[in-house]
Amino acid sequence: MSNLTNFTKGFIKENPVFIMLLGLCPTLGVSTSAFNGLGMGLATAFVLIMSNLVISLIKNLIPAKVRIPSFIVVIASFVTIVQLVLEGFVPALYESLGLFIPLIVVNCVVLGRAEAFASKNTVFSSIIDGTGMGLGFTFALTLLGSVREILGSGNIFGMNLGFYPLDADGNPVVMLVFVLAPGAFIALAYLVALNAMLKQRMSKK
Amino acid sequence: MAKKTESTFINMLLTLFIITAVAAFALAGVYELTKEPIEKAKLAKKIAALNQVLPAFDTVISQNIEFPDMAMPLGFNFALKDGDTVGIAVETFTMNGFSGLMRAMVGFAPDGTIIDVVHLEHKETPGLGDKVEKKKSTWSDQFKGKNPGTFKLKVVKDGGDVDAITAATITSRAYSDAIDRAFIAFKAQKGDSHE
Repeated sequence: MSNLTNFTKGFIKENPVFIMLLGLCPTLGVSTSAFNGLGMGLATAFVLIMSNLVISLIKNLIPAKVRIPSFIVVIASFVTIVQLVLEGFVPALYESLGLFIPLIVVNCVVLGRAEAFASKNTVFSSIIDGTGMGLGFTFALTLLGSVREILGSGNIFGMNLGFYPLDADGNPVVMLVFVLAPGAFIALAYLVALNAMLKQRMSKK
Repeated sequence: MAKKTESTFINMLLTLFIITAVAAFALAGVYELTKEPIEKAKLAKKIAALNQVLPAFDTVISQNIEFPDMAMPLGFNFALKDGDTVGIAVETFTMNGFSGLMRAMVGFAPDGTIIDVVHLEHKETPGLGDKVEKKKSTWSDQFKGKNPGTFKLKVVKDGGDVDAITAATITSRAYSDAIDRAFIAFKAQKGDSHE
């Protein structure tokens, strides 16, 4: 596998959210706005790249029987680092992501890539894999967040698009369901279908 | 490629010990580095909230005061200007939010009139309950200048004077409960200091 396909597979062909359906808990939970999706995606991408890097470095030192606990310790350390840094330097994002930051530890995308890729491949290709998968995850979350924000509150990245009619009090009449949990499933299903269509088209060529 | 370490007891023990030790040191380092910025960010948030709910002041004396029947102590911030108390900001809470705990800061003038209310922390539904935030909606401005002695801190549905947020009655009820708790504490504290 060339480095380029290794990198790009995370976006459409093996997108962690749309194809592998991994890490759905944070995906559905925080994608209420494009900004939250982007922030969560980047935080996860950082953890993914760093844990892939470290795990591919120490993969030969870890006995097979204790590899999962070892991976989890590495991942949990990076998640805690992300949490502390966000709390100190980007408190606004830290607040809106809240509980979902510590939950990156159990995001199966991260452990999945550690087990399936980084523990078997070289350091360089593991970094490429982590970057591709991390950005693919970010892309998916930002897209889902944008769809939900546009439909559910008529905004994008907090900017009002102003296409919804206003009610008597001057508040826009919106499709609130998209900001709530059911809307997350509906929007995700459509995006998964769209992605499957794209993948099919690409493989035909 | 180097041979993989075998899964013997001593190997596993050593590997896990080394990994956790390295992780612990790395985290301790990052914690030390971020300790100051985190405290600064928290302080900046508190000062912003204080400025929002209090009139101009030059000194703030903060203390936590415990009350019977309340699950946790409330933070009292006495704002002084030239030695006179110009306002008291009470950090209050409620457990009745749609998603549990909500925290807010209520600024009282010395006579008990609410100067302003600002939320500190909540997990309410985006688009519905999060209208308690100042930047999302002007809903919480209705408390400005009201005295809870005459203004009943309950939503209209429950026979009070608070206009509920559309489709977020539970949140509005909880927020009113938090403000009411602050007022009860404010009165109790005032009563104590007169004795």
